[in-house]
Amino acid sequence: MLKKTDTSNFRYFLNVVDCQQACPAHTPVPEYIRLISDRKYTESYMLNWESNVFPSILGRVCDRPCEPACRRGRVEEEPVAICRLKRVAADNKEDINSYLPIIPSDKNGKHIALIGAGPASLTVARDLLPMGYKITLFDREQKAGGMMRTQIPAFRLPETVLEEELDLILDMGLKTCFGEGISSMKSLLDEKYDAIFVGTGAPLGRELKIPGRDEAGDHLSIGIDWLSSVAFGHTKKIDKRVIVLGGGNTAMDCCRTARRLGGKEVKVVVRSSLEAMKASPWEKTDAMAEDVELIGNHKPLEFVMREGKFVGVLFEEVQSHYDENGKRTLIDTGNTVLMECDKVLIAIGQDTAFPWIERDIGIDFNQWDQPVLEEASLQASIPKIFFGGDAAFGPKNIITAVAHGHKAAISIDLFCQGKDPVVERPVSDFNLVSQKMGIHEWSYHNKIKQDVRYAVPHMDRKQAIKQLASEVELGYDEKMGLAEASRCLNCDIHTVFSESICIECSACEDICPVDCINFLQVDDEVEQVSDERVLSQLRVSDINPLQEILISAPLKTGQLMIKDEDMCLHCGLCAERCPTGAWDMKKLTLKDLKATIL
Amino acid sequence: MSYIKPQFKHPRLQVNDLGLTHRDYEGALSTLCAGCGHDSITSAVAQACAELSLPPHKIAKLSGIGCSSKAPTYFLNNAHGFNTVHGRMPSVATGANMANRDLIYLGMSGDGDSASIGFGQFAHVVRRRLNMLYMVANNGVYGLTKGQLAATAEQGMKSKSGEASLFTDIDLCVSALQFGATFVARSFSGDKSQLVPLIKAAISHKGFAFIDIISPCVTFNNNPDSNRSYDYVHDHITTAAVADFVPVKQEIRCENGQSDSEDICLHDGSILRLSRIDADYDAHDRIKAMTKIEQHKAEGKILTGLMYIDPEADDYHEINGTSDAPLNSLKQETLCPGSHVLKTINESFR
Repeated sequence: MLKKTDTSNFRYFLNVVDCQQACPAHTPVPEYIRLISDRKYTESYMLNWESNVFPSILGRVCDRPCEPACRRGRVEEEPVAICRLKRVAADNKEDINSYLPIIPSDKNGKHIALIGAGPASLTVARDLLPMGYKITLFDREQKAGGMMRTQIPAFRLPETVLEEELDLILDMGLKTCFGEGISSMKSLLDEKYDAIFVGTGAPLGRELKIPGRDEAGDHLSIGIDWLSSVAFGHTKKIDKRVIVLGGGNTAMDCCRTARRLGGKEVKVVVRSSLEAMKASPWEKTDAMAEDVELIGNHKPLEFVMREGKFVGVLFEEVQSHYDENGKRTLIDTGNTVLMECDKVLIAIGQDTAFPWIERDIGIDFNQWDQPVLEEASLQASIPKIFFGGDAAFGPKNIITAVAHGHKAAISIDLFCQGKDPVVERPVSDFNLVSQKMGIHEWSYHNKIKQDVRYAVPHMDRKQAIKQLASEVELGYDEKMGLAEASRCLNCDIHTVFSESICIECSACEDICPVDCINFLQVDDEVEQVSDERVLSQLRVSDINPLQEILISAPLKTGQLMIKDEDMCLHCGLCAERCPTGAWDMKKLTLKDLKATIL
Repeated sequence: MSYIKPQFKHPRLQVNDLGLTHRDYEGALSTLCAGCGHDSITSAVAQACAELSLPPHKIAKLSGIGCSSKAPTYFLNNAHGFNTVHGRMPSVATGANMANRDLIYLGMSGDGDSASIGFGQFAHVVRRRLNMLYMVANNGVYGLTKGQLAATAEQGMKSKSGEASLFTDIDLCVSALQFGATFVARSFSGDKSQLVPLIKAAISHKGFAFIDIISPCVTFNNNPDSNRSYDYVHDHITTAAVADFVPVKQEIRCENGQSDSEDICLHDGSILRLSRIDADYDAHDRIKAMTKIEQHKAEGKILTGLMYIDPEADDYHEINGTSDAPLNSLKQETLCPGSHVLKTINESFR
């Protein structure tokens, strides 16, 4: 017998809000998009700031795990441009000073050290400073920002945008020690901090150990080091013919930066097929728009030197083969190609590095030389030490680092109060509030707009590659932003069903435009009916296993109400056609968003 | 209030032989009260037509006046439609059917439209055995005029305002049986598993098919004293046989030899499969059908399902000997062949 869905906690409801669930920091996406629709940009920005700390930055360079999850992408071609709408909120916001938290002048007596001034550490600082913690922030660079500054080029993330959001935190009154790397965890431990957070990222670009590596010398650079050197103004030009090895977003940043520093013939060469490249699709599109050639299925064999001079890279053509588990193997074809060039940028991945942490002080490391952490709290084997961001589990992205920061801040706060950061973690309460305004009126725009996704305007491509610091994407103007915002389906406004007042008239089942709602007679008395057999009788039996299904308790006549959440448009027609109010549209509010981060 | 239904549909929705989904058989968004049984009938008609893969432009939907008669607006957007004068749908349907016998005629009427103002018209269209499906959305009240009791309301039944029905009710199924309908069924808007196969069989049936559909009025007749409310009907409904519709294209399985099951071949080759629940049930006995309906009513039960069928009976065109080609397709020279033909006829009598 199908069990009634457990709706006693927020998990079911959060799972239905695909974008919010997919965001590592659980940003309340539909709510901030509604605020944009109401032209409350400042409020929308602050809602973002509260959960993801860097809305202007992320509105440009986020990995956007929310967008592939967006329900709109299942009912039509393209998801809502969630990331670019974040930027709309940031671009149109007014003075936010009155919204910022007040930092208490009386401190709580606890002193926290944050190592690395990237997104993870800054999030910890942002969360803990308003609670009265004293914080000291260390970074080996002269300026804060971490990889957001050193690895993301200015044409994607202007420095002014970066600094504005960094300053919001740096101005909260923390002590900064920039330009001095930490060389010993042991001595740091002696300095009597109440807790230490390590957010040092993954600063080590991976090497390519093939013949000719040592001989090629200056003709080769590690991608992230080269980008960092560009960011700090140490590198101002590059040779004409450039090959970038690697297919991730760093490779895309390398090739596009190379185009701007004088690279005329810039090629990105990857071992995988072009489709399997790790870079985000929009990054690939942008690179190609700037005349970068992307070449797939080539494995580098050798850096070729001729008479002491660097000539180029020798590649072998390969083919990707996938077994039934989707695991890829590269099969050599035996064909080799020499691609001549003047400069090679190696962007084939990056790793964490902890040479400054002594291995005999009690911090356990695993076989991959990663710290052993309690996953729920990010606590290391020395209880007062916490890790987050790329440093915790290897390179991910900014928004994951922010989520780690929130999680670690909760852990540090619990730890400093003498509580267990795993067992005594707070559980978020939740609330569902009816959006009914009149007999058939709702507080939100329930009319479904059929508009297709609006393309974000770009600056002229020919102009773009002439300037290193000109932002290529111009962002939506207000009109386009509002039009794009109207595509949001308001998935956080839930269809909530009350069994006790349903009269089984089937009005909701009839009206639902996407055939979500089913009333099924499950005759269990004659024989035990399998769940699969019941679900095979749904109006659309080809169900998406990744989506929730809302199952009611048996109704008066013994029927079950089964709602497949997969395609629900949250249009509210079920609630409008319900004569008894058994369906209602209720908005989900999570009381403690940070506590919902798993 | 929403007046437009989103155009998005489930991407994995089933398509029929014409490549259409059930949403292609929809009409405008209903303006009837939320929870109105008529909306369920609307959806059942759309589902039945979609499952039968009927081309919408080969269907004509006709109605009279009333909540029920608004309903055709809400299904089959691409079918022909005629919203006639109160109670006069049968005449218009007859005329249309005479002019073009190739269309499928769906009549949608209500208890006032058929049992009061149009009762005479109803009686005669049944007698004529016009080839059509005649549906009555029967809720026992006049919803459009704020809930007066209808002629189908049983004696003693109280309206929402507390007024009891003083007169004997008209049972439209019994009337249809008496007037000579060749397909008579009763169903409930809240039970699509019964209603949809009945609609499909009735459309496939040649001759006059009548379905009386109990369709609760949530606004004026869903009160505790009503015997047309959702709760009352759910509690008192019973059936003598479960009807299943087997389309022509589906291979007909070898009969399992059960005596409680019967296959009836319909005009278009499809099969109406009846599984008896009441051993005494006989779909071919008109008199017994009337008795059974009255017996159940006396016991306070609502008998639903197929009451009676005569798949062999002649329809109006056969009785009348009309031409096989629809009248509207006949040209002047066929209809009025000229004096030389008249002359030949006259010669034959000399």
